[in-house]
Amino acid sequence: MKKRIHGGTGYFLTEGVRSIFVHGFMSFAAVGVIVACLIIMGSFTLLTVNINDMIVSLGQSNEIAAFVDEELSDAQALSVGSSINALANVRDSVFVSREQALQDFIERFGEEDRKLLEGYENKNLFRHRYQITLMDISQIDDTISTLEQLRGVAGVRADMKIAQGLVAVRGVVRVISLALIVVLLLVSVFIISNTIKLATFDRKEEIAIMRMVGATKAFIRWPFVVQGVLIGLIGSAAAFFIQWFLYERLAGSITGTGASGIISIEILSFSELLMPVAAVFTAVGFFVGVGGSLLTIRKFLKV
Amino acid sequence: MVRLVDVYKAYDNGTKALKGVTMRIDDGEFVFLIGPSGSGKSTVIKLLTSEIRPTEGKVLVNGFNVNTIRVSEIPMLRRTLGVIFQDFRLIENKSVYENVAFAMRVVGASHRDIKLRVPYVLDLVGLSHKARRRPFELSGGEQQRVAVARALINNPRVIIADEPTGNLDPERSLEIMMLLERINALGTTVLTVSHEKELVNRFKKRVVTIDNGKIVGDRQGGYYNV
Ligand SMILES: Nc1ncnc2c1ncn2[C@@H]1O[C@H](COP(=O)(O)OP(=O)(O)OP(=O)(O)O)[C@@H](O)[C@H]1O
Ligand SMILES: [Mg+2]
Repeated sequence: MKKRIHGGTGYFLTEGVRSIFVHGFMSFAAVGVIVACLIIMGSFTLLTVNINDMIVSLGQSNEIAAFVDEELSDAQALSVGSSINALANVRDSVFVSREQALQDFIERFGEEDRKLLEGYENKNLFRHRYQITLMDISQIDDTISTLEQLRGVAGVRADMKIAQGLVAVRGVVRVISLALIVVLLLVSVFIISNTIKLATFDRKEEIAIMRMVGATKAFIRWPFVVQGVLIGLIGSAAAFFIQWFLYERLAGSITGTGASGIISIEILSFSELLMPVAAVFTAVGFFVGVGGSLLTIRKFLKV
Repeated sequence: MVRLVDVYKAYDNGTKALKGVTMRIDDGEFVFLIGPSGSGKSTVIKLLTSEIRPTEGKVLVNGFNVNTIRVSEIPMLRRTLGVIFQDFRLIENKSVYENVAFAMRVVGASHRDIKLRVPYVLDLVGLSHKARRRPFELSGGEQQRVAVARALINNPRVIIADEPTGNLDPERSLEIMMLLERINALGTTVLTVSHEKELVNRFKKRVVTIDNGKIVGDRQGGYYNV
């Protein structure tokens, strides 16, 4: 029994590979479809990942300003911080005194523009405030209204239209990706299953002979599973490199155009995504191959 | 050993192919199974190889009970048999050697055993010199001898042949039968279906006659001895 398994692996591999070439065109078509499916899936997923990343970094860099009630003393103003920090969605808050705010303003616009402020220095133009960063930017509306209710907070200012837009885009992209992934996975499984079906028809007589001389079910089936998995894996390897190439090209052109006029678009570098993309592509290729071949085998290779 | 006890077989479409067949073949026997077309000969063969199951009655083959055999055990039953058909059933794109070696690989034999045994069996059927040929390069008689070699390769206890000479001229037919006789002399049980009276009579073996799904004769010696 041990011997059979051992002697078998080489056989299953060579038969699986041979089977691919017997129906070269069909196998090629199957690989092509899987490559296309994976690239479409991959592109949408990478788009989602990048939007996610932008949202997170926007959430970290863009801040909400919560202005402290003018009536409060400095000591009271400082205590507002702890109630802000107690909110669930607050990642971090930094107290900025009105003196600090004035200082920052001057630094930002330079001494020359100082005249803009002439006459205002002592009029409390600037207020004490907290600069707040959030955990989850998609909940910004709730957090703002909660902040506004807090005792000691006179007003809240947030300028996060871009982040909110991205959140909406992410939602749409997610739905589209999910639907596409489901459809494309089904298409991939279907095409592999058809390729294997053709291979089993092709070898009908050989299979009948194998049964007659006492081949086990597993022995008859293995080469077809191997064939399916190989097609899946060849497809995923090809898709991986094409995806890589396309991504680098696209990333290059986006950062190159300086579309950063409005916001700085930070595209993740592919090297950061290399491992997860490789792992996901390999897994998809493998399981699509197994799934496709099992689907056919269960139907056409009974016993 | 092969035993059929009061076996009935009705196919799914209602055809009653066997109607109470009882027969017994002991180890080492050489048996001809004869009968008119449609009498149920191939049905008996298919029962023995567990391709089909009896509707009623008992079928025992080399210690396996075909009535109750599990699907996973069927390959093990078939490994105790060597089956030969009228139409040879060779793999067209494999050489003679490969066709025979294939049957050993299927049951998990090692490369070493295959290398030792295949030439021996090819020699037995007189085809050593054509080991590299493809089936289409061989005559019908030669192709059937490859099939005999394949049936023999895993040392079966019983050789089962369904009209092995049906596609061959009388001379080639005789050659094949003589080959089966030789194999039987070496200790393997042989059950062969045949239509050809002269051929059967020539061998003076046990002849079981089936007609319309029933055994109508079981004699030592020949067709006309019914
Ligand atoms: N798969 C099947 N489904 C339905 N009926 C069948 C099937 N196989 C055989 N039969 C019928 O069963 C009967 C016996 O058939 P079988 O093949 O055993 O005859 P046979 O003796 O081998 O004939 P031949 O000498 O022509 O090969 C015939 O009436 C045949 O039509
Ligand atoms: Mg028949």
